[in-house]
Amino acid sequence: MIAAIPEFGIALPEIVFAGLALVLLMIGTFGKERSMGLVTALSAASCLVAILLVLLMDTATATSFEGLFIVDKFAGYMKVLVLLGSGLSIVMSAGYLQREKLQRPEFPVLILLATVGMMLMISANDIISLYVGLELQSLALYVLASFHRDTIRSAEAGLKYFVLGALASGVLLYGATLVYGFTGTTSFEKLAALHPAEGVQTVGLWVGMALVASGLIFKVSAVPFHMWTPDVYEGAPTPVTAMFAVAPKIAAVALLVRLLMGAFAPLVHQWQVAILAISIMSMAWGGYAAIVQRNIKRLMAYSSIANVGYILLGLAAGTERGVESVLVYLAIYLFMTAGAFAVILTMRRDGQMVEYLSDLAGLSHSRPLLALAMTVFMFSLGGIPPLAGFIGKLYVFQAALEAGNHAATAGMANAFYIAAGLGATISVVSMFYYLWIIKIIYMDPPAAPLDRPAGAGLSGVVLVTTLFTLLFSLTFVVGPVVGWADAAAQSLTH
Amino acid sequence: MIETIAFYIFSAVLVASAIMVVFSSNAVHSVLFLILAFFNAAGLFILLGAEFVAMILVIVYVGAVAVLFLFVVMMLDINFSELRKGINTYMPFGIFLGIVLFIELVFLVFQGWVAPPSGGPALAAPAPMLTEISNTRALGQLIYTHYLYVFQVAGLILLVAMIGAIVLTLRHRPGVQRQRISVQINRKRSESMVIRQVSSGAGAPKL
Repeated sequence: MIAAIPEFGIALPEIVFAGLALVLLMIGTFGKERSMGLVTALSAASCLVAILLVLLMDTATATSFEGLFIVDKFAGYMKVLVLLGSGLSIVMSAGYLQREKLQRPEFPVLILLATVGMMLMISANDIISLYVGLELQSLALYVLASFHRDTIRSAEAGLKYFVLGALASGVLLYGATLVYGFTGTTSFEKLAALHPAEGVQTVGLWVGMALVASGLIFKVSAVPFHMWTPDVYEGAPTPVTAMFAVAPKIAAVALLVRLLMGAFAPLVHQWQVAILAISIMSMAWGGYAAIVQRNIKRLMAYSSIANVGYILLGLAAGTERGVESVLVYLAIYLFMTAGAFAVILTMRRDGQMVEYLSDLAGLSHSRPLLALAMTVFMFSLGGIPPLAGFIGKLYVFQAALEAGNHAATAGMANAFYIAAGLGATISVVSMFYYLWIIKIIYMDPPAAPLDRPAGAGLSGVVLVTTLFTLLFSLTFVVGPVVGWADAAAQSLTH
Repeated sequence: MIETIAFYIFSAVLVASAIMVVFSSNAVHSVLFLILAFFNAAGLFILLGAEFVAMILVIVYVGAVAVLFLFVVMMLDINFSELRKGINTYMPFGIFLGIVLFIELVFLVFQGWVAPPSGGPALAAPAPMLTEISNTRALGQLIYTHYLYVFQVAGLILLVAMIGAIVLTLRHRPGVQRQRISVQINRKRSESMVIRQVSSGAGAPKL
């Protein structure tokens, strides 16, 4: 028996991207530090090439490799976001690595390999391919977190992330064995086709699903699996933190959406409540714990926890509208978070990185444009109309309210209404610390000015992300994004 | 008949050598008994018709893991009698764990693992009949054909692990003498030797 050769074509972006990463690894290995500039530039270019390939690919739903790998509009949308996030963090990292004497070409190569893992996660159509994609991504990220190995904090961040990440992987694998043991299959399609009424031992399947989802919720750092986030974000080198806050979260959310809306769609009433609870806890804890933070990287960590809470609220709706709101929110989150981190990366004084909120004092005098950009990001993260962040929250709340209107039971409907109301309240509370930063920038007595120049890459990222955040609500920006997100959500739920 | 005899021989030697692994006072003997246990387990696998697993057991566990154990035991200076001192304090707990595991095993065997009702067609990879295909071939088809994609990604994961280990641990120390073979064999006598005339009784001239 000779099996047919699998259809490699639909994985073309991943294959080309992984190949480019290997070529760049060779260039970096032989060129050592001299090749750093070349490898960084080519890595960013590889991200662009992969984005083009994803965009040019046929977007009809197709599977390959015996059903382990799937391509659809949802995967295309998510891959573009992830590649954008990784590309931006490579561009942002160049200046930092040069100043910190960390010029080792493995850095961009590891980001590329992690991105390959994320793309595989997004296209996973089986629990086994889910796991290998997740591990490829995580392993590269553990190394990146401790890349600044001579500082204790970076080593600590890497170790903490590794140990807790390994624990999460273990939980996920245990859940996977339960799912396989009780259903006999790991394929998302076959799991979705199982009907609970057909005598499947449902309790075992529920526990398995909960454990697999817990492993993924750890990766998106939602409460109650968020403890690692502030420490890892604070300790990791700042460009790595910028990367952590964006690309891996998008990939893990994509996986969670595909898993819950696809494989476990028949169990929607079981997971809906749990995701709703996790969403409320994340919004609340992310919003309140950020208030006492004085380190801007820790503050961004809590901010990202809160943002994940809003994203999960859209997922909890369990509808096509809900998925669409998640997709729109992720695109907005990508740009405003990358922009905020680009500003944080310009915070240097006397050649040292500074990361306390008080170091921003007087930014409005020394760097008025940068101060303006940071103001835009903070207002957007807080959800002030008409900036991008407001639109994202609007979509999520709309999806939640709509899910409440169509909920099966009155209790569930009330839960959705309460969650949406709480979300809106918490976003007002979280405005406090975003406004606090703006107050420090504009009103506090100026501290010593930050070093100049910021570097062309960083300035470019700040410019692009500011424009996107400012102009998102204009029809010609928001229209295509929402249209594409809508098509992507449809491809997943039909 | 022969199979039954072989089964009992393999099982008896396996259990006996497993006991000896724990109780022999010399650590090297423990490892050697472990190897004996592996060989007998491989024999049991062959009796079951799983020759591929048997070969893997011998190649990987005896060939690599046990040899690694031997290295560790012989190279590290560990006083095992010192380690055994606390054994009486931990013994009750160990026995308790053993009993729990044993009860679970009994449950598994007598209660019976119920195959998932949706099994059969939904099974990811149902075991083929031994009469149709040898199990080495069946495993090969599963790993390298059916799960080709996962196999390749596993390769990438190992590559990342390798890069990571090097990135995090490799340090270039200055002043380390390295072999540069071409430089060494291209050395000329004129570069490395000076011939001086030494007159007798005057001692070595100053360089």
